[in-house]
Amino acid sequence: MSKKKKQNLKRWIPCYLMALPCVVYFFINNYMPMVGLQIAFKNFNVRDGIWGSKFIGFENFKYLFASKDAWIITRNTIGYNLFWIILNTALGIMIAIFLNEVKSKMAKKVYQTFILLPYLISMVVVSYLAYAFLSEQTGFINGILNALGLPSVMWYQKANYWPFILTIVYEWKNIGFNAIIFLASLVGISKDYYEAAEMDGATKWQQIRKITIPMLTPTIVMLVTIGMGNIFRSDFGLFYQVPRNQGLLNAATNTIDTYVFRALLQTGDIGMSSAASFYQAAVCLVTILLFNGVMKKFSEENAMF
Amino acid sequence: MNKSSKRFLALSHVMLMLLSVFLVAPFILLIIASLTEESTAIKYGYSFFPKVWSFEAYQYVLRNSGMFGRAFLITIVVTVLGVICGLTISSLMAYVITRRGIPGGKILTFYVIFTMLFNGGLVATYLNYVQIFHINNTYWALLIPNLLCNAFSIMMIKNYFQASIPEELMEAARIDGASEWKIFFQIVTPLSKPILATVALIMGLAYWNDWQNGLYYLDDTSMHGIQNVLNDMNSNAKYLMQFAGSSGATIPTTTVRMAIAVVGILPILCVYPFFQEYFAKGITAGAVKG
Repeated sequence: MSKKKKQNLKRWIPCYLMALPCVVYFFINNYMPMVGLQIAFKNFNVRDGIWGSKFIGFENFKYLFASKDAWIITRNTIGYNLFWIILNTALGIMIAIFLNEVKSKMAKKVYQTFILLPYLISMVVVSYLAYAFLSEQTGFINGILNALGLPSVMWYQKANYWPFILTIVYEWKNIGFNAIIFLASLVGISKDYYEAAEMDGATKWQQIRKITIPMLTPTIVMLVTIGMGNIFRSDFGLFYQVPRNQGLLNAATNTIDTYVFRALLQTGDIGMSSAASFYQAAVCLVTILLFNGVMKKFSEENAMF
Repeated sequence: MNKSSKRFLALSHVMLMLLSVFLVAPFILLIIASLTEESTAIKYGYSFFPKVWSFEAYQYVLRNSGMFGRAFLITIVVTVLGVICGLTISSLMAYVITRRGIPGGKILTFYVIFTMLFNGGLVATYLNYVQIFHINNTYWALLIPNLLCNAFSIMMIKNYFQASIPEELMEAARIDGASEWKIFFQIVTPLSKPILATVALIMGLAYWNDWQNGLYYLDDTSMHGIQNVLNDMNSNAKYLMQFAGSSGATIPTTTVRMAIAVVGILPILCVYPFFQEYFAKGITAGAVKG
């Protein structure tokens, strides 16, 4: 190495030192587990650890995909995500349009505060809120049903209610997030368009269809693409905490993330859980790359890389 | 304003008010449930208009403030430490990858971004921390896994640095012989207060609300923070009973659980209205430019 080059590198040493803590952290927290994924192809035992355990090829995957769980958790994870991406986009746009309509600064701030509030609460607390409504003996809803002379409903024992319950809880918690993002792009639309449209006698509904929605398209594409990229991931907290980890509800509430957790820490089946975990990581990488490619086609600047 | 617009404005207000009620009602029910007299709650269930009100749940929590206070303290300490360390690590990295001409800068950026694309998942992460680093059943488990630093925060800070801090300013300081550390701490950080505050709030929220690390790594319930205590009460119906021995009284469990949930969200409810704009800004910045 020439002297000049050496001196040049020396100049950058403080910068490399600044990057070091983060580099080390990502190495431990992210990169080591990536290498650790190989455990899915091994017969793990505690004594031999990740590296020493015996290689068994696709044995773990064979067991996983032979069980009917593999189908249920895949269906639930993708099904809920698809439905919620559509619902979230539609409701988010609607609320953002209403919010944008409000001219009073004070009122706008109050609404925004309420709308984001559920987003800030942990899923454990959300499960308490849901329990206050749904508890079999002391829940608010059963209280109303009983007062009307109707029998109580065993919410935590019947899986068929849960697609609706989870959807309501999910939208309750996340609706503000999307609304705020859509609002940010709505604020950027020039008022001139609407003034011109109003002069021509366009109704509000026509303005929304012909001006607002087309102007929001880049944001819609961005949010849908991010959602599609993450279609194989589920909110562990929502599916674990809100149904209170009730096995009876599994048909409607078991997703890849809850399955991996239960197999790892409750039944101790490391083979199955690592196979499911690998399955998720691999499919996720594909979907994220795929949809980032789609995003690049639509708008270069919003692509992640 | 034409007639159609006026009608639409009225409709907007009505819809937003209905939405606000839908979003806030569960919080109100939770608070009222915690203020209901125990036998009333058992007999008639939680309701918005209980027949008998009572503070007994909170009195019970106060009498047992040792245990709940400890959980509260753990959460506060972990949150504060986590935000300080996480913010420092993230903003230093963000500064480095915005430095022009640094050899390996592209590789560093990729090193950060790749963590958004691919991750080892729960099993590999868990085995890594438990088998190799042995952080299970230590307080490190609450601080380190997944929460300390993430690519999204780094990218948010990086974007702000690039957009808002003039390159000439740093160049001038460099010519005057200022070190990288001095430039970072005396020029870059003071000019970036808005984004640092936003990222700190998001990180603080993540630490305050976290229960997963405690669930995965801590078996000893005495090390649990407030969210994990709430989780313990959910998963173990007898959790509250184990404290009955010391106080000798029966526990109003139906209402006490709600009172503890209220205590868990109280700090957020108190702080949030003042920082609402920062949160909203953080969400938009993170999503649009993440």
